[in-house]
Amino acid sequence: MSHSTVPRSRTEADAKSPVASGDATGPDARPLTGRLTLRHRFRRDRVLLLMTLPAVVLVLVFNYVPILGNVVAFQDYDPYISENGIVSILNSPWVGMENFQRIFEDSAFWQAVRNTLVLFSLQLVLFFPIPVLLALLINSVVRPRVRAFAQAVLYLPHFFSWVLVIAVFQQLLGGAGLLSQLLRDHGYDGLDIMTDPNTFKFLITAQAVWKDAGWGIIVFLAALAAVNPDLYEAAAMDGANRWRRMWHVTLPALRPVIALLLVLRVGDALTVGFEQILLQRDAVGPGASEVLDTFVWWNGVRNQDFGYAAAAGLVKGVISIGLVLAANKVAHLMGEQGVYKK
Amino acid sequence: MSAVMDKQVRSVPPARGRWAGPPRPVWEEAPTKAGLAGKALVLGLACLAILFPLWIVVVTSLSTRRTIDEAGGLVMIPKDITFIAYQELLSGGQVTRAAIVSVLVTLVGTAFSMTVSVLCAYGLSRSGSLGHRWILMTLLATMFFSAGLIPTYLLVQTLGLTDSYLALILPSAISVFNILVLRGFFMGISPELTDSARIDGAGDFRILWQIVLPLSRAVIAVITLFYAVGYWSAWFNASLYLNDQDMMPLQNVMIQLVQKQEAPVGLSQAIKTGQLSGLAVQMAVMVMALLPVAVLSPFVQRHFKKGMLTGAVKG
Repeated sequence: MSHSTVPRSRTEADAKSPVASGDATGPDARPLTGRLTLRHRFRRDRVLLLMTLPAVVLVLVFNYVPILGNVVAFQDYDPYISENGIVSILNSPWVGMENFQRIFEDSAFWQAVRNTLVLFSLQLVLFFPIPVLLALLINSVVRPRVRAFAQAVLYLPHFFSWVLVIAVFQQLLGGAGLLSQLLRDHGYDGLDIMTDPNTFKFLITAQAVWKDAGWGIIVFLAALAAVNPDLYEAAAMDGANRWRRMWHVTLPALRPVIALLLVLRVGDALTVGFEQILLQRDAVGPGASEVLDTFVWWNGVRNQDFGYAAAAGLVKGVISIGLVLAANKVAHLMGEQGVYKK
Repeated sequence: MSAVMDKQVRSVPPARGRWAGPPRPVWEEAPTKAGLAGKALVLGLACLAILFPLWIVVVTSLSTRRTIDEAGGLVMIPKDITFIAYQELLSGGQVTRAAIVSVLVTLVGTAFSMTVSVLCAYGLSRSGSLGHRWILMTLLATMFFSAGLIPTYLLVQTLGLTDSYLALILPSAISVFNILVLRGFFMGISPELTDSARIDGAGDFRILWQIVLPLSRAVIAVITLFYAVGYWSAWFNASLYLNDQDMMPLQNVMIQLVQKQEAPVGLSQAIKTGQLSGLAVQMAVMVMALLPVAVLSPFVQRHFKKGMLTGAVKG
């Protein structure tokens, strides 16, 4: 993914052409790179390296070092040995694959897998198309002020916290909420959608749509803005009405973006709204709401069964990486670019 | 004037007032009445679905106990506006403390995240610099895996960050995506500008501060908003790493008050004596959580596209 715009090797390019600086990109149009020794390059770039240092340290400490912590998945980890996790790891008994065996025999785990997959499919069908349709709609609004207002409103909930979004839903659909209030005023029984396990997955999807469907249109709007207007004029000259123009000009322009977002979504299939679901887990009960991430949280953080929880997390992590790679492969086979290039 | 008239003759219909759009090109069909009405309806409903709940929350938070009792709960039409719920919440006590915590964590966290991210983005913005590709790969790879909740939890514990506000900032301080967006923007800045400054003897810090940053205000605004919203909205790390209820930020207090329907500590007396509606208090807390975001984000709105799309990775 990072090799696209730069000549394969600056050294090669320099050797071939005496005025190689012409094809260098970025602010470093200096042709001599290849001839500098490592020491010279270090001296030249040390300030740049220094600048990246804080971020690199943070990433190494908080993204890479914890990978090693996954060894507790093969232990009967005892958090009470020491405050220091390293000491605890060194003194906890190794149990081999026992945690994994337990997972695969645990019906709660399989329930979490089922819930995760059902939620993912629901969101794919009910959530995914909405931003595309909204973007087409907004794109056809020509008045700039109407457009800016609609965009401002539609983007807004994306910036709300999940706590707030769920609180809003509770005020509307909860047992003491507006809907129940209206129903009771008209002589019906109140309704508590927020605690109903049967409709919970639709509730989750509705919340996700309310929060993020508007935000999702940005990418599509940008793709639409990049369409050459001459194409529309040419299509109109050829007798295409507005629907044919949408079908033959607009939608093909959106295809790569849709494919990319689908790939990203499928790669992320096992992650379905952790915070959102965790906040509502108690109200609905784990039967309907437990997903893989909350399963890990429950067993690790609540039950202090760290080895078991880490094993479940590891299973999820490994499958997720596989999914990302597979989704990209499919995208490449379909002739789309995917997340990274071949 | 005549030039404007000419343009209007070529295209239909003539512009009307401030709300009018650009003139329609001649090859495009006139919009049908039904089409316009349908679009207005769908867009109107979508906006209403977002604004109506917020309206109810705000109005109820401003209502007196009597108005709320008369309405049987949530209030749709404002009557007897009162700020008593806000006065009570902000006159010291649990919610005041939580709001201060949230504001401070957001300010400090955002400043820290922006400093680290901008420095890193600039440090990586010169392709061909030493180690630049390795560092980029190290950062990029984290977008494809996660170490997992349990190992991260154990790490934060081992580092001794439990029960410290650092636990709310450090583990999620940088987003690689945001760094890539900044970097993409910095790389788009014309090299002539930075090179001439370098010839004049400016070092990298000075180039960043005096040339690159002033040229990148739009994307800086967007990324700052992203980070700030992240800190303001966060609750999970606090629930995981803080044990002291007095240290909790606003979102965590909102979970207790609104989701678990507990009365805020110190306010239960005012609610019991009937001056204050518990519902108005809940709504006021929600308004406090949404107000900063709702006020700030529209200002940055026209730059969002930039913030989302300059992230394409270049070597």
